Amino acid sequence: MTTAKEIIARRVAKELKDGDVVNLGIGLPTLVSNYLPEGINITLQAENGILGMGELCVQGEEDVDCVNAGAQHVTIRKGGSFFDSAMSFSIIRGGHVDVTVLGALQVDETGTLASHIVPGKMVPGMGGAMDLVVGAKKVIIATTHTAKGSPKILKKINLPATAVGKVNLIVTELAVIEVTDEGFVLKEIAENTTIDEVKKLTDAELVVSSNLMIMPK
Amino acid sequence: MRNKIITVDEAMEYIKDGSRLMIGGFMSVGTPEILMDAIVKKGVQNLTVIANDSGTLDTGIGKLISAKQVKCLIASHIGLNAETGKQMTSGELEVDLVPQGSLAEKIRAGGAGLGGVLTPTGIGTEVERGKKKIILDQKEYLIELPLKAEVALIRGSIVDKSGNVYYNATTKNFNPLMATAADTVIVAAEKIVEDGELDPNCIMTPGIFVDYIVGGES
Repeated sequence: MTTAKEIIARRVAKELKDGDVVNLGIGLPTLVSNYLPEGINITLQAENGILGMGELCVQGEEDVDCVNAGAQHVTIRKGGSFFDSAMSFSIIRGGHVDVTVLGALQVDETGTLASHIVPGKMVPGMGGAMDLVVGAKKVIIATTHTAKGSPKILKKINLPATAVGKVNLIVTELAVIEVTDEGFVLKEIAENTTIDEVKKLTDAELVVSSNLMIMPK
Repeated sequence: MRNKIITVDEAMEYIKDGSRLMIGGFMSVGTPEILMDAIVKKGVQNLTVIANDSGTLDTGIGKLISAKQVKCLIASHIGLNAETGKQMTSGELEVDLVPQGSLAEKIRAGGAGLGGVLTPTGIGTEVERGKKKIILDQKEYLIELPLKAEVALIRGSIVDKSGNVYYNATTKNFNPLMATAADTVIVAAEKIVEDGELDPNCIMTPGIFVDYIVGGES
């Protein structure tokens, strides 16, 4: 059976265009590169200082000096490059990353994202997330629709913000939702759900697109 | 020319109780481990550490955290070392979390003689707290002030005797920035070569920034 994560990763992959420079967050977003449509080549950026990041290394063939932002050993593709953290964030903050795909704790109808802290419980630090969300040309949130039934897509976030008003698109296992100046627009729903169910699991108003589509499998 | 190569023990003379250090590396990749081990052995206390992260429990800066030698940590991410979070919650360790790109620019500003940098990162978030904001061309920016340290501990893949450094692959990260922003810069070299053996085109940190070189055995 296809898992929620696979459904989300496959759908996000369809948003990427040939030649895009893309930064994939740790976790679910990393899976996106497994589902790139045929003929679509992207350049992966990692904030610790790589463009043209390749696959995870086969055990025993690691270069100890070459890791991704999650400290996993990776390869670099032909045509790739390494650089320091100032250059890396010039790429990120300066608008040279076409798309960033990140997870979320909460996201709201103004495009404000909470992804880096649950006060008193989870305080890992923002790492590069704040710069990525502020600087990337397009911000896609890849997340399960709810956290064990509790809505993550809200009218207003109640966790500390990672960045204000920067999210463009939300992809869940149930729906594709665009963030517009008028709030959330429901663009696609999964085959096995209904508009009512999606609305029930979303704690904000959803404007149903006049061109509502079924999410491609 | 002055000899820059010293022993690790000699390098430790520059690390004292209460020292303010910058330590290179990203999740311990590019962190000078031999200097971390030496600091643990020396047992100095109340250190202030500026670094991207706090490594893991038993690698990189995590070694200093586990030995409870750090009083204040300025970093962007501590999520892969549970001990850092534990000491922060208990109040033993003060942690100042800074967005990674802002941390890089604060260090760069410190080394480049700038009074600070203007960044849109952190606007509307808790990062704003206590910082000045400025509006230019209708866009709001945070003023992030420069960071400097007494000693920078960095790691170079190949270092020549003049202190010119080449960093392999993703070991660059914060190392070349920190090399510019401290009073004393000590590089732990994976390999030390004679002057002239490194192609000047490939040098990432000019030797004038480096005060001392340790290591070179591996």
